[in-house]
Amino acid sequence: MTTTTPPAGKQRDKGRGVFGNTGLYIAVGVAAVLFLIPFYLIFRNALSTDLEITGENWKVLPSFQWGNISELFNDPTVEFGRSMVNSLVVAVSTTAGTLLVCSLAGYGLARIPYRHANKVFYAVLATLMVPTAVTFVPSFVLVSSLGWVDTYRGLIIPGLFSGFTCFLFRQYFLGFPKELEEAARVDGLGYWGAYWRIVVPNSLNFFAAIATITFISAWNSFLWPLVIGQDPSSWTVQIALSSFMTNQTVNFHLIFMATAISILPLVFVFLFLQRWLVQGIAQTGIKG
Amino acid sequence: MSTTTTRGVAQPAPAKASPARPRRGLRGNATVNFWLFTGPFLIGLVIFVFVPIFWSIWLSFFDARYTVTPSKFVGFDNYTQILTNSEFPDSLLTFTVFAAFIVPTTWALSLGLALLVNRLRFMRAFFRSVFFLPTAVSYVAAALIWKMSIFSGVRFGLMNTVLGWFGVDNIAYLANPSPPWYWLVIVTLRLWIQAGFYMILFLAALQNIPAELYEAAAIDGAKPGWQTFRYITLPQLRATSTAVILLLLIAAYQAFDEFFNIIGQKATWAQTPLMELYKTALGTSQDYGAGSAGAVILSLLICLVTLIQGKFMGFGRGEDSK
Repeated sequence: MTTTTPPAGKQRDKGRGVFGNTGLYIAVGVAAVLFLIPFYLIFRNALSTDLEITGENWKVLPSFQWGNISELFNDPTVEFGRSMVNSLVVAVSTTAGTLLVCSLAGYGLARIPYRHANKVFYAVLATLMVPTAVTFVPSFVLVSSLGWVDTYRGLIIPGLFSGFTCFLFRQYFLGFPKELEEAARVDGLGYWGAYWRIVVPNSLNFFAAIATITFISAWNSFLWPLVIGQDPSSWTVQIALSSFMTNQTVNFHLIFMATAISILPLVFVFLFLQRWLVQGIAQTGIKG
Repeated sequence: MSTTTTRGVAQPAPAKASPARPRRGLRGNATVNFWLFTGPFLIGLVIFVFVPIFWSIWLSFFDARYTVTPSKFVGFDNYTQILTNSEFPDSLLTFTVFAAFIVPTTWALSLGLALLVNRLRFMRAFFRSVFFLPTAVSYVAAALIWKMSIFSGVRFGLMNTVLGWFGVDNIAYLANPSPPWYWLVIVTLRLWIQAGFYMILFLAALQNIPAELYEAAAIDGAKPGWQTFRYITLPQLRATSTAVILLLLIAAYQAFDEFFNIIGQKATWAQTPLMELYKTALGTSQDYGAGSAGAVILSLLICLVTLIQGKFMGFGRGEDSK
């Protein structure tokens, strides 16, 4: 039993890979190429002529038709620029509003000693059980009776009250070191002051992670803008893209250019904020 | 927090209370502050979540075509109508099959990617980014690439080009439901978009497994590889697996975006439950009553599936935080 206890490090090295390090890198490499192909196709086709996309002689690199960009934005049959602006307004306001409203509520639920706080929390938890996508019929009915169809209000406000985001903030604030706040309170700050001067400045990482996640889901959301946006001038970029697919008059290179432009902001957000994002997702309490 | 005195309401002598004053002041304000902090959220939650839910349940018992303020109570007629006289039950069945397929595959792929990436020593961040990046892409954009470039039924589609090298004829992936090639299109799309996100969750969990466990197993003679994976890694990932499967199940039943864009509403196959509800409530018939009944049924079904899954695997989270 006790004869050989090889150094743990060595044992773990043997555990690295049924097929050794080279095999491991080949496997990961192949998977990575497969995962990158769709990105390659978008950007290649976006910078091609239609003939290069559909023609006989398929080349790896396109002829870099940068003019496709201006052609897309100048095309009078699609309001692509307008839809980008709409998406930007909706995604930015949704993110800002959600952060404000949900973080305050999460803090209240986690930290303010109110007798019925738990009951309120269960009411919030209950909303997680009802799938959001399923409520689109009654939500549409509500929003249309408020006269908010085709408006920014209709696109933004119903999305601000996410039970899930509130829940994440509550979990996060439960783990926030109490000592910091207590010191602030001894110094005479109220909850409001402690929240803004102590808690928020020390939680920027978490806020950034939630902001990124909220921004991405707002930018990418489809069903609600589809239901709400009846006039093309209120379309978000996802609805505009979707309309390209059924609209036969639009050319291939414009469709792909539109797709490329619609994902580019998020790809940048991803690459630059990745550290926060990964931490945030890992930290959102799902790790159990 | 332990000093909820019995005199709560009574005013103490001001002189004596000076050291305790800030804290007592906060306590007195707690209720007000609680509602100040949570109030805006709760008002919104009531208006935009609770009201629609109850309105939906209410509407589902009324004859509500082209109107949202119905007057004629019809009992369970909307329920019988949507369950017998529409495509809705078929789509529920189809999507149970879809969930039964897509959930384990995504689980396995994301776990596999996490295990691979976790073993890397060089370029780990690079590969993690590559697998994670598709999370940024919307289902609509992905649907577009899948439909018009990769699985385009004609010759210039990527799949058909590659198959052409091996002498396989062009396959029309989306043109008809038999054989159901469209599943290949949908499943690969979903795997591509979802796997990276869940991989991150698994990576976080893998890194939380204490190294001592592996060392102890090595001492006890467990072979690295399958044995340690089966008896240490997998059980340690249980909580994460439960959460991942739960999220995947809910996502599978809520499928809409890519089906709407790839298959379309005109097709008679692969209509998701949400697409059926969309057609019922917002299509030409504008039947909010039947649409609401369907929404209630779908919600109950998702809750049921969630509860069953929770029963089998245990709710890993939410409970331990209290």
